[in-house]
Amino acid sequence: MYAFDIERPTSIADAVAALAKEDAQALAGGQTLIPTLKQRLAMPSVLVSLSGIAEIRGVCKDDAGLLCIGGGTTHGTVAKEAVAHYPGLAELAAHIGDPAVRNRGTIGGSLANNDPSACYPAAALASGATILTNTREIAADDYFQGMFTTALEEGEIVTEVKFPIPQSSCYMKFEQPASRFALVGVFVAKFADGVKVAVTGASNNGVFRWSEAEAALSSDFSASALEGMSLSADDMIADMHGTAAYRAHLVAVMTRRAVSAAK
Amino acid sequence: MAKVAMTVNGKSVSREVEGRTLLVQFLRDDLRLTGTHVGCDTSQCGACVVHVNGEAVKACTMFALEAEGAEVTTIEAMANEDGSLNVVQQAFQDYHGLQCGFCTPGMVMSATSLLKDNPKPTEQEIRDYLEGNICRCTGYHNIIKAIMAASGQDMPSMAAE
Repeated sequence: MYAFDIERPTSIADAVAALAKEDAQALAGGQTLIPTLKQRLAMPSVLVSLSGIAEIRGVCKDDAGLLCIGGGTTHGTVAKEAVAHYPGLAELAAHIGDPAVRNRGTIGGSLANNDPSACYPAAALASGATILTNTREIAADDYFQGMFTTALEEGEIVTEVKFPIPQSSCYMKFEQPASRFALVGVFVAKFADGVKVAVTGASNNGVFRWSEAEAALSSDFSASALEGMSLSADDMIADMHGTAAYRAHLVAVMTRRAVSAAK
Repeated sequence: MAKVAMTVNGKSVSREVEGRTLLVQFLRDDLRLTGTHVGCDTSQCGACVVHVNGEAVKACTMFALEAEGAEVTTIEAMANEDGSLNVVQQAFQDYHGLQCGFCTPGMVMSATSLLKDNPKPTEQEIRDYLEGNICRCTGYHNIIKAIMAASGQDMPSMAAE
């Protein structure tokens, strides 16, 4: 790692001030950033650790019935504390990485990084979540802008994520057997006014909604409604772990499985 | 350099460290607590698992400065007060849950976390929980047996070896 300083602000305001320094970089749980630093793929002068900010941690339900999760909340905490409110989301959190990673990695860090194979972006997009930052609220549909790209500005911090709670939901992940990241992951969420389907791991454009499947499932929420439906392999990721056609095929399979298992 | 203070194995410690000093480097190089191992240094293998405020974390993927004020527990503090092996460690010995032993500190720390949350895990729950702990001797069956035994359970239905 290149040398850098670490600051540990205890409030959002102090963190924002610290991030205004040249080449400052926010450090959430560090489960992606620290390996990145070790490979010398980033060279910040200052890391601003967000783990000391109590006001961005925690899980609760607000008066509007939304599940509110602080940006600094670890996957392990979401797995435990969201289960009574939004079991599909808790189940997703419970299968990110491994237990030790889940005790450090945070939802805000995952959404800010927007890894094309990360799990949380699929949940945020399929739930129609709202991402709150220190300056504004961003709808999930506007937030994700392609692989490792989001609507966040320099120095903007994800402080909270608000999830509408679906009637039923399920996340199905086909794990890349070595990294255990999603080779393809599909989050299906059934709301009173329709179904949303979000896909991670598959596309060169990052997480996306499969609108054709959404339309079919909104009129008939069953795996058979997806019979014969397939995605174009044109924009799919192709690498040593799977071809574009394989990923496109997996999206349909995982979607059907998610619909069948949704609860 | 910046000052960091934390409690390690019940003792208050304080040192000057660089921002980039990992918790595992702090434990091994500054405190000379070399029981916590570095296997892969890429957060895959789990040989460096320690407890920070009671939760298992990979000490190679956390900075020492992030542990400011924390209670850190390493493998060195796992034995009983009289120096004998604790129940998890003893089970690893009894069931031959280690071959070369390199992964063992992390295995014991992870197993201890699991049993704290789930005192009677099933075989599958143990296997799932150890997803982030890799044994390159591939001695997994005996590790699972040891953890089953440490939780006071028999293993009649264990997978064939």
